[in-house]
Amino acid sequence: MTSTTPRPRLVVVGHGMVGHRLVQAAVERGLTATHDVVVVGQEPRPAYDRVALTSYFAASGPEELSLLPSGSYDDPAVELLLGTEVTALDRAERTVSLRDGRVLGYDQLVLATGAAPFVPPVPGHDLDGCFVYRTIEDLDAIRAAAGPATAGVVVGGGLLGLEAANALVQLGLETHVVEMAPRLMPVQLDEAAGATLVRHVEGLGVRVHTGVATESVSGTDRVDGLALAGGARVEAQVVVFSAGIRPRDALARAAGLEVAERGGVLVDEQCRSSDERIWAVGECAAPGGRMYGLVAPGYDMAEVVVDALLGGAGRFVGADMSTKLKLLGVDVASFGDAFATTDGALELVFSDAVAGLYKKLVVSDDGRRLLGGILVGDASAYGVLRPMVASGIDLPDNPEELILPPSRGGATTGVASLPPEAQVCSCNNVTKATLLERLDVAHPGPDGAEHHCGDVAALKACTGAGSTCGSCVGTVKAIVEDHFAAQGREVSRALCEHFALSRAELFDVVAIHGYRSFDEVVTAHGTGRGCDVCKPTVASVLASLVNEHVLGEQRAVLQDTNDAFLANIQRNGSYSVVPRIPGGEITPDKLIVIGEVARDHGLYTKITGGQRIDLFGARVEELPVIWRRLVDAGFESGHAYGKSLRTVKSCVGSTWCRFGVQDSVQMAIDLELRYRGLRSPHKLKGGVSGCARECAEARSKDFGVIATEKGWNLYVGGNGGATPAHARLLAGDLDDETLVRYLDRYLMYYVRTADRLQRTAPWLDSLEGGLDRLREVVVDDVLGLGSELEAAMARHVATYVDEWSAVLDDPDKLARFVSFVNAPETPDPAVSFGTARDQIVPAGPVDLGATIAMGAPA
Amino acid sequence: MSATAPDEVRVPDDVTWVPVCALGALAREAGVPALVRGEAVAVFRTHDDQVHALSNIDPVTGASVLSRGIIGTRGDEVFVASPLHKEHYALRDGRCLDDPTLRVAAYDTRVVDGEVQVGGRRPECPQ
Ligand code: SRM
Ligand SMILES: Cc1cc2nc3c(=O)[nH]c(=O)nc-3n(C[C@H](O)[C@H](O)[C@H](O)COP(=O)(O)OP(=O)(O)OC[C@H]3O[C@@H](n4cnc5c(N)ncnc54)[C@H](O)[C@@H]3O)c2cc1C
Ligand code: SF4
Ligand code: FES
Repeated sequence: MTSTTPRPRLVVVGHGMVGHRLVQAAVERGLTATHDVVVVGQEPRPAYDRVALTSYFAASGPEELSLLPSGSYDDPAVELLLGTEVTALDRAERTVSLRDGRVLGYDQLVLATGAAPFVPPVPGHDLDGCFVYRTIEDLDAIRAAAGPATAGVVVGGGLLGLEAANALVQLGLETHVVEMAPRLMPVQLDEAAGATLVRHVEGLGVRVHTGVATESVSGTDRVDGLALAGGARVEAQVVVFSAGIRPRDALARAAGLEVAERGGVLVDEQCRSSDERIWAVGECAAPGGRMYGLVAPGYDMAEVVVDALLGGAGRFVGADMSTKLKLLGVDVASFGDAFATTDGALELVFSDAVAGLYKKLVVSDDGRRLLGGILVGDASAYGVLRPMVASGIDLPDNPEELILPPSRGGATTGVASLPPEAQVCSCNNVTKATLLERLDVAHPGPDGAEHHCGDVAALKACTGAGSTCGSCVGTVKAIVEDHFAAQGREVSRALCEHFALSRAELFDVVAIHGYRSFDEVVTAHGTGRGCDVCKPTVASVLASLVNEHVLGEQRAVLQDTNDAFLANIQRNGSYSVVPRIPGGEITPDKLIVIGEVARDHGLYTKITGGQRIDLFGARVEELPVIWRRLVDAGFESGHAYGKSLRTVKSCVGSTWCRFGVQDSVQMAIDLELRYRGLRSPHKLKGGVSGCARECAEARSKDFGVIATEKGWNLYVGGNGGATPAHARLLAGDLDDETLVRYLDRYLMYYVRTADRLQRTAPWLDSLEGGLDRLREVVVDDVLGLGSELEAAMARHVATYVDEWSAVLDDPDKLARFVSFVNAPETPDPAVSFGTARDQIVPAGPVDLGATIAMGAPA
Repeated sequence: MSATAPDEVRVPDDVTWVPVCALGALAREAGVPALVRGEAVAVFRTHDDQVHALSNIDPVTGASVLSRGIIGTRGDEVFVASPLHKEHYALRDGRCLDDPTLRVAAYDTRVVDGEVQVGGRRPECPQ
């Protein structure tokens, strides 16, 4: 059935963060049941997470930031037109014209055109090498220009300017920031806070010039520097302007809509402009004359407009302009009445210049209510303090305890004190009550089926909390843990019924006490006699700390069957044999040995996905004979069975390849030999590519090394498997020695702190602060752990012995490789084979509990 | 085919006790595979020196592997975890602790003069 009256059409101009949210709200709240929606976006791709723009440098591509990865909305009523721009608005005809010539009629029109960076009109501002910092294209251009450059300067020391400075640092440029105001982040920080921030930022090698105006950009056809007021000069080949933003209100102005004094489409509390069919949301809008440069108020506006179109009475009544961010690794937060402008407001300040801390609370004159505050250097209290402002709950008797470090009598600020109505995620307007409800009450999950959210990840998917700027994730996590703990439902990190400790805690316990056996550990810190979860875990921890043979006395009984027989068990009870072939490089002679061994023992032979050869179908009692021949020919265990280093995949690199810029094979071999035998929480894989073409697929490995003209880029946290993850850049252009040093630290840090069976990618995600935190630990060595981690790795390297040759030399260890203790000459007849494609394959299962006839064929 | 199990010892009550190995050769909290009257049997020694024997055949896959599993405890129950897919079987009687429909055969055991011997299949066990 087709209806004859056309459905009313809503046109949205701009597919940025807020435009996208508006369409989502229209779909979710049922507006698309009655309306068609057409969205016009100027950028070449669907909306992406602009708030996380800087992470684009570490991302594998623009898709990683996308808010609409599928490229279109599921709802057929929504049409998305990308890469074209609305050039004119005709209110009388109710049409908009597009750059590509199309003209669209509308019944309702929403402007969501965002804002544009303001470029001060100083001479030279349009030279080659000048950029703004707003879109993915901007970042691509900055990255390209940074290649040949040595120094960069950011004009503007506000929030976005520092973010851009961070990017220039990441790109390896000597970085300057020039700010006209007397301090950094003048809008959010007071003078003392600004000064504390400057010390931090300068400590990271960024030169800060405050209280100076930019006179001109110099250069003939390309930028070569910046002339500052007072005659100073900054040499730079890249200039990024970040001197504020201006609402993109040109369409509205040309169409005669009212605009605010300082720019932005003037709208009322329903976000309706002076034309009743036209609305404005996000950074292009100025509700009550004021524009908001944050995403959360924009999201609220989007909801309000959809509500209004559905006949609701929602109002936008201002927004919380609190900010918390990590700039160049420094925590900075500013919330509520940070400048104590409220009548009679009092300030409580704690500052510690040595530790680089500045914390200020603004409280009401009676000392009962928190009005706002500023935190620099440590913003861990933000998650609790900001909602206190919003909800107006009474302060505790000694409010200064909220900002004093714990060592000086300060309380650790708990989430338990937050009232239910406290807004925990300001980006997505999620309250504590909403989070608790999703934990307790069954509701439809993302796949439509009823569920209870059980952890932070589920809450993130269900409520959006934590999915935008991420600053509330710590608080969300604390709320979940606190809530479960209150119900006696501890979100247990316990390994199993025998240990209340997590793997990382167990690691520390074993290291501190110097335990050597499972018995010591379970007696002192556990209950019962252990199980198939904790025994291999303790075995792995012991192996990482004390590199004794995995089949050593007391250790053998702890190992999973693969480790216990130094081979991978197959479904018919036979084993596979994988000799190490470092970097995938092998001589013809060694290849022949493998072929001969396989032929003589009738083994199924296959090239693996890890650039080596797997021989399948060995009976347990055959393993020693097979390995004797392999060891004699110079092979070692490939650890295909262990939670340990598997392979370091290589590409052929500069030795042969016409594109290669470094010897990737040599590096892969060196790394594989260095880390072979390292027992870890889960298996570890590496890759080394000789150039950016990445033929070794290094970025799908736990550590990936990619050659550059200047050295090596080191990527971490990648894997294939069930949940593929691309490794992300930890550090670039490293020389061999630095590369190995960082890898030593990274791998040991992982070995010490990851959960059982947690590969590097989820481990990295679970680190508070993620990749940035890892960089602080590995590259900046903020924990001062660097030399300890390196020493631990050096110990591992020095004590490595090939597990298989050690077994062959030890009759006690060999004794376990028998078919039957009381009939070692009789092969287990339950192990039998058929053939396929000219090789053996496991035969079908034997009957359950079958009696095995003696003397059955082998 | 006639089965000639190694060194059969006839005992008065008509059960055949098959010697497996010296108790000292069986590590605590470990298992060994033994051939008992033509059947693959897994023989285990617990932390408190009890000896148990179960069929070596993993009932889920049919593979002859149970002696290679890890020994552990759940509460007071001592179990072996199948090395293939980690089902847990009580050493006492072969019951699966995860799935009541699964069970492996259990055998009588005893230690005589330091020698571990396996007797008959327990009556309650699946054939
Ligand atoms: C032989 C091989 C397949 C092949 O024929 O090519 C293989 C075979 C097995 N893989 Fe694999 N994987 C093999 C390459 C891979 C790869 C490809 C690679 O390494 O480039 C991957 C994806 C990459 C990755 O790991 O990030 C891969 C992802 C897995 C996973 C999923 C891991 C994950 O994090 O999701 C498992 C399961 C696990 O480890 O828990 C697994 C587990 C296994 C086990 C060990 C399962 C088991 O315990 O029985 C298989 C037995 C190996 C054996 O008996 O020798 N295998 N496996 C490959 C051996 C490589 C080697 O030389 O060591
Ligand atoms: C580097 C950076 C970091 C930031 N960090 C934070 C943060 O931590 N927290 C926070 O709250 N906010 C942050 N912001 C601000 C946040 O990104 C913006 O508030 C948000 O993106 C505004 O959404 P919007 O949809 O209004 O504008 P935009 O996201 O800019 O979207 C507007 C879109 O409209 C398109 N458009 C414009 N004119 C037309 C036209 N005529 N026809 C068709 N399409 C058009 C534009 O191309 C653009 O794609 C940050 C911004 C940047 C640049
Ligand atoms: S990654 Fe580069 S050097 Fe290595 S094989 Fe591919 S193209 Fe050649
Ligand atoms: S506050 Fe930004 S994601 Fe929650």
